[in-house]
Amino acid sequence: MDHLDQLFGTYAAVFAATIAGFILVVTALIASRLLAPFSVERNKGTSYECGMLPLRRAQTSIGMRYYLYAILFIIFDVEAVFIFPWALSYVEVGPMAYYEMLVFIGILAAGLAYAWKKGALKWQ
Amino acid sequence: MSAALDPIRVRVRVTSPRLAVTLGIVLVLFGAASIGIAYVVVSGMLDGHWYDFRDLGLGMAHLREWLNEVNAGQPAALSAFLGDQWISYITGALLGATGILTFFGLLLLILVWVERRLIGRIQVRKGPNRVGPFGLLQPVADALKLIQKEVLIPIGADRFMFYLPPVLVFIPGLLVWAVVPWAPNMNYLDTNVGVIYLIAISSTATLAIFMAGWASNNHYALLGAMRTVAMMISYEIPLSLALLMVVLMTGSMQLSTIVQWQVDHHVWLGMLMPLALFTFFFSSTAELNRTPNDIAEAESEIVAGFHTEYSGMKFGLFYAVELGNAVAVGAFVAAFFLGGWSLFGLETWIPPYLIFAAKAFGGYFVLVWLRGTLPRFRLDQLMSFAWKYLIPISLLQVLLVAIEVTAMRYMHFPDFVELSLVGAANLAFTIFIVRAWATFLGYRPEREQVLKPTMAKQMGGLRAAEEMRTR
Repeated sequence: MDHLDQLFGTYAAVFAATIAGFILVVTALIASRLLAPFSVERNKGTSYECGMLPLRRAQTSIGMRYYLYAILFIIFDVEAVFIFPWALSYVEVGPMAYYEMLVFIGILAAGLAYAWKKGALKWQ
Repeated sequence: MSAALDPIRVRVRVTSPRLAVTLGIVLVLFGAASIGIAYVVVSGMLDGHWYDFRDLGLGMAHLREWLNEVNAGQPAALSAFLGDQWISYITGALLGATGILTFFGLLLLILVWVERRLIGRIQVRKGPNRVGPFGLLQPVADALKLIQKEVLIPIGADRFMFYLPPVLVFIPGLLVWAVVPWAPNMNYLDTNVGVIYLIAISSTATLAIFMAGWASNNHYALLGAMRTVAMMISYEIPLSLALLMVVLMTGSMQLSTIVQWQVDHHVWLGMLMPLALFTFFFSSTAELNRTPNDIAEAESEIVAGFHTEYSGMKFGLFYAVELGNAVAVGAFVAAFFLGGWSLFGLETWIPPYLIFAAKAFGGYFVLVWLRGTLPRFRLDQLMSFAWKYLIPISLLQVLLVAIEVTAMRYMHFPDFVELSLVGAANLAFTIFIVRAWATFLGYRPEREQVLKPTMAKQMGGLRAAEEMRTR
């Protein structure tokens, strides 16, 4: 029963807070739905574009440079997830862990340097 | 008014005031119930003890024990399925959730006033001062106004995705408050992966923001969303690296343990690792989309960024979460870098949660101050700063901190000497690397030509100005 207790002790709390937040948001939205006026007028839904009629649909493609940043981000974020357990067990494992992490971070830094050299970080 | 004067016929549906009254009564009942529960817990009516106001968490612990005793004879089938102490856990969770919700709601109401007054004072004007004494009722008026505004949905919007983001942004904003360590026993969720929980929960908002920008069918909204996502994911890495240094130094991801480490060693981590403190704070302003880094909703370029098309209560939710997250950043800076609820021994006399709140609001004040002072950075400058500057020097600093932790383990000097050495080494490294890396990136202040601002007429008109620019 121990692990069940622990599960309830921690994540029942998160679940309860999520539900409480959901109830608050939905209450606010429903209240505004009940209290706010509502009228049928098609042109009110025109999306805002400096007062002129919008030119075309806005849901177009996204610039390539954002994808480059996203790819780099994924690499570094996964790396962060790897380093956190290392940071916790580092003192027990001893100096060997330091050299291993040096190699790991070195490979990452080489990747960053390569992306930098290739111009992925340049905003043109 | 005759119909001739009113050519645009609009069908308006306004609900009866009875609903508003009902809503008001529900809110009053909620408040009364919260106060009643707080009174019962604090006054110790449950088992005849008077609980010390210095530690609200103690009352909670006693309540749990009492519930466990009462429920010793609960049905075995349920306890086999849910664990032995499920009633006390669920009661505790519900009470805590109510507490967080009440605190968050009150906080948002107060912050609207505080922020506008402070910004007004910084910009040498008065700020809101009409509604109630000192304009204190302004947030209530704002909330009432927002709740009565019509929520528009743009033509061609993805309706389902347009409805979701206010909800998805608000819930993480509430959930990050769960791990805040207010006082020794007083935290809602004291999980041993607190730091990871924090990073995970706070990065959920990125998704909601992109959803909002995409679903709006508006060029400004999509541009704002792209910028926000690019900036938020870039600054998440320095943020994690700064937290990594904290974890490496304290050897724990539990927030209460991190604060306790600082109490035991009589030091603030911000003093030991100034680079981590700066990185965390600067990255947080990017995550919050606040002013040095508010290109996401730069009102002079792209109208309001990702929430251009949101009106009424939905806009209100975005706005509220932004304010609440600003104080949350203050709270986490206080917990990680400024010693949490401790104040060099004063915490035995002053309630620790008040010390913590003071530190958190101090951090929030710095954020407001930055907003009132600094201009906005350009997007490419911001991205370069994250990738070419903060990430490399943070990685180097992580390696240095790892060496220091090993050294502290194998040498047996007194605590004071060790920590002073570590602090001095980190400060020296910070000063060195900040200058050296800037030079490496090509920043040469001594070679810059200092151009005195001169009137274009004196210089000989636009042609001369152009000549000066290209020189």
